[in-house]
Amino acid sequence: MSSDTSPLVPGPAGIVTDAAPADSVALGTLPVGRSRSLFQRGFEVFVENKLALLGVTLLILIFGFCFLGPFFYHTDQVHTNLAIENLPPKTGHPLGTDDNGYDILGRLMNGGQISLEVGLAAAILATFLGVVWGAISGYFGGVVDAVMMRLVDAMLSIPTLFLALVVVSMFPATETELIIVIALTSWLTTARLIRGEALSLRVRDYVQAMKVMGGGSMRAVFRHIAPNAIGTIIVNATFQVADAILLVVALSYLGLGIRPPQTDWGGMLNAGLQGIYLGYWWQIYPAGLMIVLVVIAINFIGDALRDAFEVRLQRR
Amino acid sequence: MISYLIRRLFQSVIVLLIVTMITFALLRLIPGNVAIAILGPAAYRNPQIIAQFDAQYGFNKPWIVQYGMWLWHLVNGNLGFSWTLDQSVASLLGQRLPKTIILVGESTVIALVIAIPVGLWQAVRRNKATDYVFTGLSFLFYAAPAFFVGNVLIIEFAVNNHWFGPEASQGGWLSDFTDLHDQVLPIITLAVLTIASFSRYMRSSVLDNLTEDYVRTAKAKGASSQRVLWRHVVRNSLIPIATLVGLSLPAILSGALITESVFNYPGMGLLFFQSAQKQDYPTLLGFIIVVALATIIGSLLADIAYAVLDPRVRYVKS
Repeated sequence: MSSDTSPLVPGPAGIVTDAAPADSVALGTLPVGRSRSLFQRGFEVFVENKLALLGVTLLILIFGFCFLGPFFYHTDQVHTNLAIENLPPKTGHPLGTDDNGYDILGRLMNGGQISLEVGLAAAILATFLGVVWGAISGYFGGVVDAVMMRLVDAMLSIPTLFLALVVVSMFPATETELIIVIALTSWLTTARLIRGEALSLRVRDYVQAMKVMGGGSMRAVFRHIAPNAIGTIIVNATFQVADAILLVVALSYLGLGIRPPQTDWGGMLNAGLQGIYLGYWWQIYPAGLMIVLVVIAINFIGDALRDAFEVRLQRR
Repeated sequence: MISYLIRRLFQSVIVLLIVTMITFALLRLIPGNVAIAILGPAAYRNPQIIAQFDAQYGFNKPWIVQYGMWLWHLVNGNLGFSWTLDQSVASLLGQRLPKTIILVGESTVIALVIAIPVGLWQAVRRNKATDYVFTGLSFLFYAAPAFFVGNVLIIEFAVNNHWFGPEASQGGWLSDFTDLHDQVLPIITLAVLTIASFSRYMRSSVLDNLTEDYVRTAKAKGASSQRVLWRHVVRNSLIPIATLVGLSLPAILSGALITESVFNYPGMGLLFFQSAQKQDYPTLLGFIIVVALATIIGSLLADIAYAVLDPRVRYVKS
């Protein structure tokens, strides 16, 4: 749990509380001011972590490769060209071509855009859903909490891949829809974590004080509970990105994610299966290694953020 | 202890009930309606057939009645009927589930046999070269999706070198134990991910225990460091591993789905995947219920194991 003893710590927070009763704006600045110092402290710890810097560097390189690469390396990723299908790596095609004659290096960039976009967007949406659900559940407690959390338990008992497969089998998957499906199936762990935070935060003096002053529950949840759980939220969101990328490439690998001619790294692996017994290794390794690199980089960053925010997560 | 168990059991039943509601809701989410999903798009032209179908299977009744009927069928072991395979979902499950249980069981046992010593070794030699090597490896394997690992293994060990078969054993359940040539790659693929997470967990569990007061007490009483490690630390560090296995079941089952599809292993996951491709909703939803039941039982057993192994939990809970 984040070690926030700050309501007791003298300094700006104490001064603001004294002036607060008539001035709700000043009251609102209280958690913000605190979280900034949390960020500063966290940032110093984060920068000292070499693995985290490695992770950040890797991610920047991969994002640059996928989103800027196509501007420098022009390939035709729309028209199939069977005259140049299944070429091994050589000059002109540094990573060879696939069974449709697409250049693999270019495809790696285009496919990466979709994997990364879907992963990021789904993780942000899932985090938002999980934070709202968990904060409300933990803040109200009692029957509301019991009902909301049993729903989370129930959804958690269905493995995410199984649930996502059922939903994408019902509707043809587009990029937007994959984002929604993945978000709707992966907000659960976030909700559980934030609920735990909310349970301990809601009895804090400053939340009680705000209630006495007539603040509503919505204000408590969104201005006090959620901002004070920011460490937990950010760390969890980081791991969510890795999980979301793994889920979308898994769905695409199984042929139920992004549909051709669009593709992502999972879809490239799926296409590469055709040539696997013929020894076309270049159709499997590049996309697979990109997935591994991205997930490792994100996990490095997530672990460092966890150290930085001193949050104890049950993820591993 | 008993009251804790009863409460936990009651909770599990509620959760299972909600799972059936979610599954039923998914059934209603199918685009169009169930009649068209099963009879095919041609049924659009023939409203009588749809009406007849709805009447026959009770789809013209209020949804709450439908849910009640469906739940009653479930309780009686009727999981639905697969229209594409012309077989009851329960009988499909009877054929496929044993294969998946064997695959999951074999790979989990192997993962534990490897991960526990590795995690222990890492904790004892903390921040030495071996620790870093194994930490690096576990990061690597944790990030490698099963479909990539599986296909790399096929390329390297079945195509480039003909050491193992590229496809899993297609025989009965006995061949899963005897046909090593074809079973090794699927088992390794599924075990890789769990080895990574189990060994990380074991490492931190041992590290946590090494700083406990009882270790200092044991040392103060003159116990050798070997004795402290094996008699005290290892035994206590294994407690969270017992729960971890139960709680990892959803991840392992997802891994099994992918592994089965990579190696064409005729288990439940492969059938689930094929049903998703064919939009065979009764099979999908029937399997969802069974998988959810398995994970609920898994986490229940994990909690019970924890309460039995660690007396502290019992005292707090009761």
